[in-house]
Amino acid sequence: MNLDTVFFLILAAAAVITAAGMLLNRNAIYAALFLILNFATVGIIYFTLSAPFVALTQVTVYAGAIMVLFLFVIMLLGAEKLPYGEGSLRTQRLVAIGLAVVLLVEAGYFMLVKQPGLFLNPAQAGEFGTVEQIGRALFNIYILPFEITSLILLAAVVGAIMLTRIEKIQRAGQTGGEEQR
Amino acid sequence: MTLDFTPILPFMIVAGAALALLVLDLFWPVRLKWLTPLLAAASLLAALVVELGQANYLRAGLSNMVIIDNFSVFANAIFICSGIAAIALAYDYIQRTGINHGEYYVLMLFSISGMLLMSTAADLIIVFLALELLSVPLYVLTGFARPRLDSEEAALKYFLLGAFSSGVLLYGIALLYGATSYTSLHGILSAVSRGTADMPLVVVGAAFLLVGVAFKGGVVPFHMWAPDVYQGAPTSVTGFMSVGAKAAGFVALLRIFVVAFPPVAVELTSVMNFLASLTMLIGNIAAIGQRNIKRMLAYSGIAQAGYMLMAFVPFGNKAIINDSVASMIFYLAVYAIASFGAWAVVVAVEQAEGRGLDIDDYAGLGRRYPLLGVAMLIFMLSFIGLPPTLGFWGKFYLFRSVIEGNYIVLALVGMLASLISAYYYLRVVVMMFLHDGANITVRRNWLLSGLVGVSALAVLLLGLMPGPLFQMAADALLRL
Repeated sequence: MNLDTVFFLILAAAAVITAAGMLLNRNAIYAALFLILNFATVGIIYFTLSAPFVALTQVTVYAGAIMVLFLFVIMLLGAEKLPYGEGSLRTQRLVAIGLAVVLLVEAGYFMLVKQPGLFLNPAQAGEFGTVEQIGRALFNIYILPFEITSLILLAAVVGAIMLTRIEKIQRAGQTGGEEQR
Repeated sequence: MTLDFTPILPFMIVAGAALALLVLDLFWPVRLKWLTPLLAAASLLAALVVELGQANYLRAGLSNMVIIDNFSVFANAIFICSGIAAIALAYDYIQRTGINHGEYYVLMLFSISGMLLMSTAADLIIVFLALELLSVPLYVLTGFARPRLDSEEAALKYFLLGAFSSGVLLYGIALLYGATSYTSLHGILSAVSRGTADMPLVVVGAAFLLVGVAFKGGVVPFHMWAPDVYQGAPTSVTGFMSVGAKAAGFVALLRIFVVAFPPVAVELTSVMNFLASLTMLIGNIAAIGQRNIKRMLAYSGIAQAGYMLMAFVPFGNKAIINDSVASMIFYLAVYAIASFGAWAVVVAVEQAEGRGLDIDDYAGLGRRYPLLGVAMLIFMLSFIGLPPTLGFWGKFYLFRSVIEGNYIVLALVGMLASLISAYYYLRVVVMMFLHDGANITVRRNWLLSGLVGVSALAVLLLGLMPGPLFQMAADALLRL
């Protein structure tokens, strides 16, 4: 077990614990903060895999921009706390715990018994993972997926505007109608 | 480096029209709003012409991300025609339900462009992005009748479950990449046949992909969303979704599994066998209890997905896979025609504020509107699969490829399911002709009547001579 493996195991444990913390926390703000920690941990894992650009994107875009939006939405909606006591979910929880144990055993078996070499991910040398390399891949081989992504985002933006704007128009119409009556 | 865009030309026409209309629609005065659907239909026609011009034109392009072959041409022709039919379905409907915004057509064009991309995808990244591009506008369109509560509920359900299924699909893609270090369908196949792939992971990844596309296709047990979403969405959207999204799911299934996964057929065939039987039985049995025609057609659509999946069960058998693919996409075309006809009838009968959607409301309509009644009879017969309609030939070819593949039990289950289905399909017809009912005035609109008439004639005439259409489907080979 070399230093890299130890480092990875610590990071992996942190990532799993923060992800679990996000799911188990009943306070939405704490959950969001756990998610930021999780993103940061994953970002560091990217660093150890010699992908500094992806690591920084992970931190700035996810932990930075998207999480701030999440927090805004949570605070605007006043949805900090989930209500307690959901009886119907108890059986689901038991099933989920059982399945989680199965998944854990399976993952452990794969990593430790079947593929002990999985941890040994040697850092790639030289050019790998630089901004230049990523840009080249993105705008040559992956130009079509890149452009499709922009269409998807546009469709989502149009949809979001439509769904929020219609309501305003019709509410205005409804109140107008009531006044006339 | 020059890029060759010819393989995605139809996609670019439709997506470009969507972008242009998005802007243009803002500047047109209200009295010119009819220009938006007209131009949307025109762009679809242009895309259809280009698409048909690409027949027998085998080509991979854009770093082998996309591929055109006769399969993609046939599938895209179905998608584009569905788009045109969906515009005819929507034009009057969204005006009278007060949701006449130009964005309706823009979102629909975006969704169609996603479908066009799906059939040409040669890389799992494109499969995923195409699936999102076709789904995101559909989520919005489902909620278009907001603030009507059932429309909002349907949109939220569809969105959450759809996002979850996309996540499963993406997880499958990630596992396949991990197992083979490729995302292209050819790369995966070659890694598997070279023996450099991690086989257990490939099987798990393929199973996850199956879950993702089965959700879109409405296959049991991933069908739970369909009845609620079909019922809550504006009826014109439901008609489009029941054909387009389902067809896209099946097109993705065919492309991915026929090209990349024959090596894992041993593991997955029994799963598909089980899913197909379950889908046919549950879809048909649940449809019997429905009172609402939209829910009934939703379960009917689930059952139809089961028939199609049934023909796909022997997909690992090289000798009959071509027959199987041909019968499936032939059935997709058959289903699309009859489906749009039936949905046009539903749209015509629907009254303000969602009334006129119960099957009981159809009582007596056949006597007062004989042509409408006869058309509905034709569509229902086609769904059951009785001669002389096109549906008979669709089922005939499906069952033939199942029997060729030696899945006799599965074919018997399919027969049994078809028998069950006759009850609820014919109940609508019996209601229309043999019962007296309240006075529902059917909406008269030349676009809707045209859609009903064209679909009914197509089901009948193509039913009398299915040869040419089936020949086209048989020529629509996937390039391996």
